[in-house]
Amino acid sequence: MPPQTMAEKILARAAGLPYVEPGDFVEAEVDRVMVNDLTGPLTVEALRKLSRPRVAHPERLIIVLDHQTPADSVHSARLHKILREFASEFHVENFYDVGWGVCHQVLPEEGHVAPGMLVVGADSHTCTYGAFGAFATGVGSTDAAAALALGKLWFKVPESMKIEVKGVPRLPLTGKDVILHIIGKVGEDGANYRSVEFTGEAISALSMDSRMTISNMAVEMGAKAGLMEVDEKTLEFLRQVGVGGAKPVKSDPEASYVETLEVDVGGLEPQVAAPPSPANVKPVSELSSVEVDQAFLGSCTNGRLEDLRIAARILKGRKVASRVRFIVIPASRRIYEQALEEGLIQTLVKAGAVVGPPTCGPCLGGHLGVLAEDEVCISTTNRNFTGRMGSPKAEIYLASAATVAASALTGRITDPREVMAE
Amino acid sequence: MILEGKALKYGDNINTDLIIPGKYLILTSPAELAAHAMEGGGPEFPRKIREHGILVAGRNFGCGSSREHAPLALKHAGTRCILAESFARIFFRNSVNLGLPVLECPGISRQVSTGDLLKVNLAEGYVENSTRGVRLKAKAFPDFLLKILERGGLMAYVEARLGEEE
Ligand code: SF4
Repeated sequence: MPPQTMAEKILARAAGLPYVEPGDFVEAEVDRVMVNDLTGPLTVEALRKLSRPRVAHPERLIIVLDHQTPADSVHSARLHKILREFASEFHVENFYDVGWGVCHQVLPEEGHVAPGMLVVGADSHTCTYGAFGAFATGVGSTDAAAALALGKLWFKVPESMKIEVKGVPRLPLTGKDVILHIIGKVGEDGANYRSVEFTGEAISALSMDSRMTISNMAVEMGAKAGLMEVDEKTLEFLRQVGVGGAKPVKSDPEASYVETLEVDVGGLEPQVAAPPSPANVKPVSELSSVEVDQAFLGSCTNGRLEDLRIAARILKGRKVASRVRFIVIPASRRIYEQALEEGLIQTLVKAGAVVGPPTCGPCLGGHLGVLAEDEVCISTTNRNFTGRMGSPKAEIYLASAATVAASALTGRITDPREVMAE
Repeated sequence: MILEGKALKYGDNINTDLIIPGKYLILTSPAELAAHAMEGGGPEFPRKIREHGILVAGRNFGCGSSREHAPLALKHAGTRCILAESFARIFFRNSVNLGLPVLECPGISRQVSTGDLLKVNLAEGYVENSTRGVRLKAKAFPDFLLKILERGGLMAYVEARLGEEE
């Protein structure tokens, strides 16, 4: 059998084949299907078009209401209702209603993701679960409907690309700086259709929170998936969420990659993506004259404990700049709870933050922090496309939680190392 | 499958926030979505695409989110087919699944201008620009995807499959 990458092994297993090659079209059994409140209603509609609507494996479906939650309009309330009714009609037990948090945090946290799985989600950042050694990829609503009806879906086997990340990033540098740096090098479509495998000492050194950030943004360079091999840290996370018997999949040493890229993040400066593309990446020092109106800490990219902890560390006993609105949204209820226990929320609120309930919030310009014309926002999210967070005339800069907190403090884009050393 | 129409041309990296801004994702009716197609780039698209029919673009068309609202809006606004240098993968899947033909056609942005008369042969994978008198090679559609397109989308294909299994 030819040597295989981990992505190829997972797809071959799911397709019931001894091996697959890049470019092959396969029909593969999917282990998990996820839809949310914006994509799910179209899935339901597609399923209802069948003469006999069906869900082959209700236990594999996970529904998360996270984008427009709590409902901010009658329209969104209707979408939520469609999904609640669907879930009860088709006996979907994995239903996470308003308040559980953002889908890509909820799935791993609630134990729905395990290494070696094939996961599809009707949301482009489904690639987040690659951090757990799963082949996870974003699909559309109709794809999700087909996967539910048949239990299977078509895939084109992607070419694999390896990114070896050398050097050890130290706080305040986190996974966000690493992935922004990589996207800046690879470009907005540099990994289009490919499955990316992240390896190297930096990945081993980073926390699971940071690793999830890296896999999350793989799609920002066009990648179909962003995988990492399982190690002790992964297994520890899985133990904590009650996922046992993980069957990690490794790439064969002789497996072939369409491209291998080496990146050194040893002496990296904090990274910021300037509008209008996540690939328009610069070191923070080049942007230090940019003043901000809003700072947002949250989303499936950086609304995790590591992010809240570093922000609280930077802002403890201080006040955010008077002209800055600092919005903080924990990515899930569990994170929110833990942050409360650790006193992080108290620290941030005292510093002047507006803390919102777990939701996507302003990340996609839905609600809770939408931008007006000519406003500037520094955000921990993953996309700074024109119009993404509100007005097409607003500007969005993407950075780590540390850089966002530091910028909230001073009112302009700030290197967190400046304010941490004080 | 042969399609004819006039080209309406856009540039590189046209993302899904531009194709259908996030605030419209609470809509599910194709007609309502169509009214806002490409609104991130201005309001004139729905009128123009009805006159032209074929959307031509540069690299990485449809990058960004998995929102199926994007191809849905384009299709119902009257887009018969999209030709681009390359597509972002989820957008590509979504279009095929909805029965909207999307063809990767390297070099197209240099060989086509808005208003050019185009003839697209999906099965054989080529585009004829009658205005300029050139023929461009596109990546041919694999049979498997052509079958989905010919049935009008993935759900029709699923329906047929479920029928066979019984
Ligand atoms: S937080 Fe933002 S990127 Fe993540 S799922 Fe929600 S809208 Fe998408």
